[in-house]
Amino acid sequence: MSDSTLPTGGKPARRTIKEAMDSSLKARYAAEKRFQAYGIIAISLGLIFLSLLFYSIISRGYTAFEQTIIDLPVTLSTEELGRDGKVTSESIQAANYSKIVRESIVDAVGADMSNRSEVRKVLELVSREASNQVRNYALENPDKVGSTQIIPVLARGDVDSLMKGQIDRNAPEDRRQVDDQQLAWIDLLIENGSLEKRFNSFLFTEGPSSRAESSGIAVAVMGSAFMMGVVLLLALPIGVAASIYLEEFAPKNRWTDLIEVNINNLAAVPSIVYGILGLAVFINYAGLPRSSAVVGGLVLTLMTLPTIIIATRAALRAVPPSIREAALGVGASKNQAVFHHVLPLAAPGVMTGTIIGLAQALGETAPLLMIGMVAFVNDFPTSPWSPATAVPVQIFLWANSAERAFVERTSAAIIILLIFLILMNALAVFLRKRFERRW
Amino acid sequence: MTTGLLLTVIILLMAAIYIFARMRAVQMVSGDVKQLHSRPTYHGSYAAIILGAPLLALMFFWQIAEPLYLNSVIRGQMPTDVQSLSDSKSGLIEGQIRSIADGLKLLNTEERTQVSIGVVDARTALAEKGVPLGSDVQRYMVSAADKYLERQDVSRNVRMAALAVAAVLAFLYLLKALGPKLRARNLVELSIRIGLITASSIAILTTVGIVMSMLSETVRFFNMVPLSNFFLGTVWDPRFANVGSDTEIGQYGLLPLLWGTILISVIALLVAVPIGLFSAIYMSEYASPRVRGTAKPLLEILAGIPTIVYGFFALVTVGPFFRDFGATVGLDVSARSALTAGMVMGIMIIPFVSSLSDDIITAVPRAMREGSLGLGATKSETIRRVVFPAALPGIVGAVLLAASRAIGETMIVVLAAGVAPNLTANPLEAVTTVTVKIVSQLTGDTEFTSPQTLVAFALGLTLFTMTLVLNIYALYIVRKYREQYE
Repeated sequence: MSDSTLPTGGKPARRTIKEAMDSSLKARYAAEKRFQAYGIIAISLGLIFLSLLFYSIISRGYTAFEQTIIDLPVTLSTEELGRDGKVTSESIQAANYSKIVRESIVDAVGADMSNRSEVRKVLELVSREASNQVRNYALENPDKVGSTQIIPVLARGDVDSLMKGQIDRNAPEDRRQVDDQQLAWIDLLIENGSLEKRFNSFLFTEGPSSRAESSGIAVAVMGSAFMMGVVLLLALPIGVAASIYLEEFAPKNRWTDLIEVNINNLAAVPSIVYGILGLAVFINYAGLPRSSAVVGGLVLTLMTLPTIIIATRAALRAVPPSIREAALGVGASKNQAVFHHVLPLAAPGVMTGTIIGLAQALGETAPLLMIGMVAFVNDFPTSPWSPATAVPVQIFLWANSAERAFVERTSAAIIILLIFLILMNALAVFLRKRFERRW
Repeated sequence: MTTGLLLTVIILLMAAIYIFARMRAVQMVSGDVKQLHSRPTYHGSYAAIILGAPLLALMFFWQIAEPLYLNSVIRGQMPTDVQSLSDSKSGLIEGQIRSIADGLKLLNTEERTQVSIGVVDARTALAEKGVPLGSDVQRYMVSAADKYLERQDVSRNVRMAALAVAAVLAFLYLLKALGPKLRARNLVELSIRIGLITASSIAILTTVGIVMSMLSETVRFFNMVPLSNFFLGTVWDPRFANVGSDTEIGQYGLLPLLWGTILISVIALLVAVPIGLFSAIYMSEYASPRVRGTAKPLLEILAGIPTIVYGFFALVTVGPFFRDFGATVGLDVSARSALTAGMVMGIMIIPFVSSLSDDIITAVPRAMREGSLGLGATKSETIRRVVFPAALPGIVGAVLLAASRAIGETMIVVLAAGVAPNLTANPLEAVTTVTVKIVSQLTGDTEFTSPQTLVAFALGLTLFTMTLVLNIYALYIVRKYREQYE
């Protein structure tokens, strides 16, 4: 265009300018394309990492929701379970269940009771937990003593792994955790329908155990629930009160500026530092019990507060000044304007912020390690003051166990944790979409 | 009465007086509430505050002061040779006396006199009641426990009396003060205001608490270990085996830990900054609203995943992958390495970089873009030459915030980085970090007198200071930048 307006100029020169422009344009457009491609690559990489993460966890973990169970015909004979011919709950408690389980399983596969190495191999099919299971069954059904009952017991971890295809049954015998003889027994049990995979209820009803097949996350879930309760009870009122003051009442001066910088900084302090604070203040100074849910809850409260405050302040700021002015105009006091009008309108934003804060607290591990929650806790916590453990800590403890079956359980616990987090975040998004007002 | 029961009674009293004052306010004006200065609910709250505040304050005072007083009672009862023992040892004896006292409460009068005069051994008597005592009970301990219980009784009685007097006084005052002209709302609103201010100063208290708790232990640590050992030492060897012996305090070189932290953080930033930045640019400048609406929340999921999950991912997936990949190309990569931890940490902080950068790029005024586009620059040239330089300070702030995240990250490195301190520049080897050492020095059974555990507080303070400086500087830049374009 511009060259046509030029009054003079040799043809060849004009062509070079046009050519030069064309070629530079080409290069510039190519650069443009490349630049866009970098952006797309970056986003795709991020999404690929995300899906890899989920794939890796889910593919390792989904098998843990099933567990191999053996339906074992057990003879609860009066001689074994009773003492001096009388069956009492004490005698049922005290009976030798490993012997009963041994005889039952040897019987079930038709092995030779007098061959000790064979008996040992047969025993490797059932979990060591089996004798407890039989005892519990007998304690719950004392009227069944004296008869033969089919009691479902846990299979050993290796058998479970074989059933889930994690142990290759075609591998050479010396490189397989289950030998040919045991494989034959397993096939026999599968054939008569007494060995199969069922839904793993242990994962949801039991506490940690040194045996992978009988460990679950119920105790940890309980501890986490207690902590979330403490966090909700403390962080929500304190956080809302602090935000109301800072946003609605505080004069703009050095002091409130300091608080403001402080809160923003606290939101970025490493979580482990909060753990050290909890250890020094709540345990060493205030003397609260170590590894209890109340200390964990307090530490997580301090950690969550900045998140809740920042979200609540944003929600309060979004309420237009006209609301406050209208309230003040009809004679409400400043307090009444805030508590009766502004706060209810900001409530969806507050709830969203609180839920996101809780979700963050639910997945936090490092500060809990500092306050002694790594202890092996096998009993359900009965109050916030009793020793507890939390789901992420349980994941940490299982992640450090080498056994294959624990990797599966760790992933399953992570899946459950992630489901909780996704539900909480979905709820937050729903609340925001449903109740948020645009002014 | 026990403290819990007393608290319940006080709260019930407050509820009762609330209802009473509220009804009385309506009664005084025979139902015509317009004549009242404050609405009836404020009268109720006013009465509850006037009654409750002094009572709760007294309870609080006793909760703090009583243990201090009783401690001095116990100390006073100890023989002088016990008093001159070290803090931790006399603390143990104090605990012992306290548990004897707790046990004595379970005994009946007859048994108690028997124990007090020494006819029956305290340890066996208490064991029968299910109170196990660690070591043998000395005579002075029983008498101290007796004294302790006696003084505790006195203190409880005084508390009861004080509470009763305060309650009566408050009630008398209320009878006089309650009236139609009472400016009840003013006091109620003032109390609410005080409550709000208290809540917002918790943020300050937390920071003060963090600094104080770590500072005092750090000072104790540096009383045992010279500063140069910690800050300039290149060897980390706390010698857990020799805890307690004075000759072996161990070496607490910070440098290898700091180096590991920095190495891993740099790798993390090398992963996160390009990906995060390019994602932010693409999403804010190129992407259609639909793409942006899906990609942005999806990337932000990465920030919501608990760090322990990343740690496990690094441990079971990324680490073995790098090890096997290294083996096929002839490199020796250890299963736990700086590369693994840094890489996974980088994935974690992508959204920290991308979200904040996205906001910052969007905040660059349109006029600047349009001016550049109008001059004939392509979109990418506009971004590179105009938008990016204008957004640079804010982006630097975002990167610094991400860096502070990386430095303080714990679970990923605990699971994936290794535990052996290593001053190496090779990212394929295992290194350890400040946070890993804090965890390993403070978990398990710990006594807070040895430098082996106290060092964790010094490490914590170092970590806190580093992140504090980074955060404040980054927040300052971001804030300054926002003001520039507002």
